Amino acid sequence: MAHLSSSPTFAKQDFAEELSRRHRTARTMAVIFQASTIVGIIVLLTLMYNIINSSFGLVAWQYRVPPETLAAGAPLEELPREELLRILEERVSANVLRRLDREKPLTARSEQELYALVMERVVQPKIVKTWSLVDSIFRRQEIIQEVARDYPDAYLRFRSWLNARFLTSPQSSRPELAGVRTAILGSLWTVLITIIFAFPLGVGAAIYLEEYASDNWLNRIIQTNINNLAGVPSIIYGMLGLAIFVRAMEPITSGIWFGAAEPATANGRTVLSAGLTLGLLVLPLIIINAQEAIRAVPNSLRQASYGLGATKWQTIWYHVLPNALPGILTGTILSISRAIGETAPLVVVGASTFITIDPSGPFSKFTTLPIQIYQWTSRPQDEFRNLAAAASIVLMILLLSLNASAVLLRQRARRRIRG
Amino acid sequence: MDVKIAFQPSMRTESMPASAGKYAIEARNLTVYYHDRPAVRDINLAIERQRITAIIGPSGCGKSTLLRAFNRMNDLIPCARVEGEVLFEGINIYDPAVDPVLVRRRIGMVFQRPNPFPKSIYENVAWGARINGYRGNMDELVERALRQAALWDEVKDKLHQSALSLSGGQQQRLCIARAIAIKPEIILMDEPASALDPIATLKIEELMIDLAEQYTIIIVTHNMQQAARVSHYTAFLMVDENRVGYLVEYGPTAQIFTNPRDKRTEDYITGRFG
Ligand SMILES: Nc1ncnc2c1ncn2[C@@H]1O[C@H](COP(=O)(O)OP(=O)(O)OP(=O)(O)O)[C@@H](O)[C@H]1O
Ligand SMILES: [Mg+2]
Repeated sequence: MAHLSSSPTFAKQDFAEELSRRHRTARTMAVIFQASTIVGIIVLLTLMYNIINSSFGLVAWQYRVPPETLAAGAPLEELPREELLRILEERVSANVLRRLDREKPLTARSEQELYALVMERVVQPKIVKTWSLVDSIFRRQEIIQEVARDYPDAYLRFRSWLNARFLTSPQSSRPELAGVRTAILGSLWTVLITIIFAFPLGVGAAIYLEEYASDNWLNRIIQTNINNLAGVPSIIYGMLGLAIFVRAMEPITSGIWFGAAEPATANGRTVLSAGLTLGLLVLPLIIINAQEAIRAVPNSLRQASYGLGATKWQTIWYHVLPNALPGILTGTILSISRAIGETAPLVVVGASTFITIDPSGPFSKFTTLPIQIYQWTSRPQDEFRNLAAAASIVLMILLLSLNASAVLLRQRARRRIRG
Repeated sequence: MDVKIAFQPSMRTESMPASAGKYAIEARNLTVYYHDRPAVRDINLAIERQRITAIIGPSGCGKSTLLRAFNRMNDLIPCARVEGEVLFEGINIYDPAVDPVLVRRRIGMVFQRPNPFPKSIYENVAWGARINGYRGNMDELVERALRQAALWDEVKDKLHQSALSLSGGQQQRLCIARAIAIKPEIILMDEPASALDPIATLKIEELMIDLAEQYTIIIVTHNMQQAARVSHYTAFLMVDENRVGYLVEYGPTAQIFTNPRDKRTEDYITGRFG
């Protein structure tokens, strides 16, 4: 610029120089931006590679009792009930049989149920070794040899760790049986409580701060505090939740007051406490996002409304909120995504390390997907890492579908406004 | 007397109540402050019924401020404060017992920039009437308001399309239709044509002249010709050395423009200053 002002006449040559310099700057910037995008994509791809690599792959199975030996070569799945019952009676100890019969009479069980029992009690398939997807594809021959050498009576199968059984089975200490149903339900229950708690409260607070609060020192302090709360580490919220919801409000969060406590739990470490803790965590985020959205509603709209003799509440309800809704929803869903991925505060609040019973309400014990993943990754056996990878995929799909629904909701809200 | 009762819309009659005084609305010793600094001071202005009154003056002299004082829109600005009185039907609208919402239902407003709601054309007109408790035939009301605003023919086939799809001039006429749908007595217009081209401006001006048969209109304008063309009365505001606005001269438009009593008015109108 100095160069231009020093020459009062726009000589053609000056102009060309200036232009080529500007083009150079533009190119450099474009390259830098591209590079950062590429780095981002590489990181993302690495992550995906890692997860997918451990979610699928070859698995060496060993049976305690090979299934062919049970029914003279016939496939076990196709055996009739009587055969299956006979196998159970022959191979399972009388004590265990009696217990199973008490849970549900064996004769009343369906073919599938009996088959599952035979597999679990008699055949007892066990994973002895697992390989990653990439190894399974490129080192297939080596793996086959290795299995033949080290586990002569093992079967090699390709296994997708992410499968229907994985989604519908509860937690188990045996990796070949473990699933994420309990964790998915726990996550959904927790986040439901979070939404019910944090959304109305957050939007209400945002309306108050934007539309009602006058600009005095008290409200400025409140605003500053909310902004700061959004940056507080989540573990602190965990401690807060432990002190308030789990301990101080135990009669409520355990359900004792409502006579709804579950006998197995009967303490404050419940879905309700977890949901409320996550609600506290995302409350500032929801408030701040909703405030932004409300502030973005043009003032001319408010004036138009007041000019027609609308009351403050009518103006807010009919004009400000509908126009702010897309923004509010976006903010809320982003906050909820954050809540679903949170681990630390729930560990503090007391997520169960091992439960096989589905949560059935706000007063149940719970675990959530990220906690399940965390626990599986910390197990020594390799198979649990495969499970953790598969659970990560489930978690990501859950998040993606949440975000997609947010986009849909937002689009619909937008269309309604423009319509 | 309970002034709140006096402002109930249900008690409004179509014909003017004889007891309500000679003028449509009257400012007495009106001073408006922003942050305790006066923007306009000591305004005494009596607006004639069913006439168009233009407020003119240089930028920043407080024309918009004064206009907003007539229906308590200044209440929406947190730092604004009003002293003095504005008499409407014999009642000071700044009396603490008066509900500003009811004032605005009787004294409508059209803004400088068209600001239709992001809803359908129909809904724009109907909404104000609905929240004002209108229970009659809404279709009829919408049609009548749009006809009065000279917009009906242009939009009758697309009443349920978004109001934002209209042109700027159409949007402004929609805003006027929206204002008259709630049957106010007075319509305040703050430079309603300043964002429009000459043809759209002309349409709005014709519309104002039509509306003046039923309504009292107060218009702020920067356009001298516009003031001369449409208004019956003109108020000229100026700023003093402290940049506080005050009323210099007020009278019939013909007299203000042809034979101003005040030297400053003459200078301003002939373009010698401002
Ligand atoms: N919301 C506000 N807060 C503080 N001061 C304001 C506000 N609105 C207007 N003012 C001040 O009041 C004075 C008068 O403003 P006003 O908008 O009434 O002038 P105007 O005559 O309408 O000007 P223009 O012709 O440019 O629209 C100005 O000095 C302005 O700075
Ligand atoms: Mg103005």
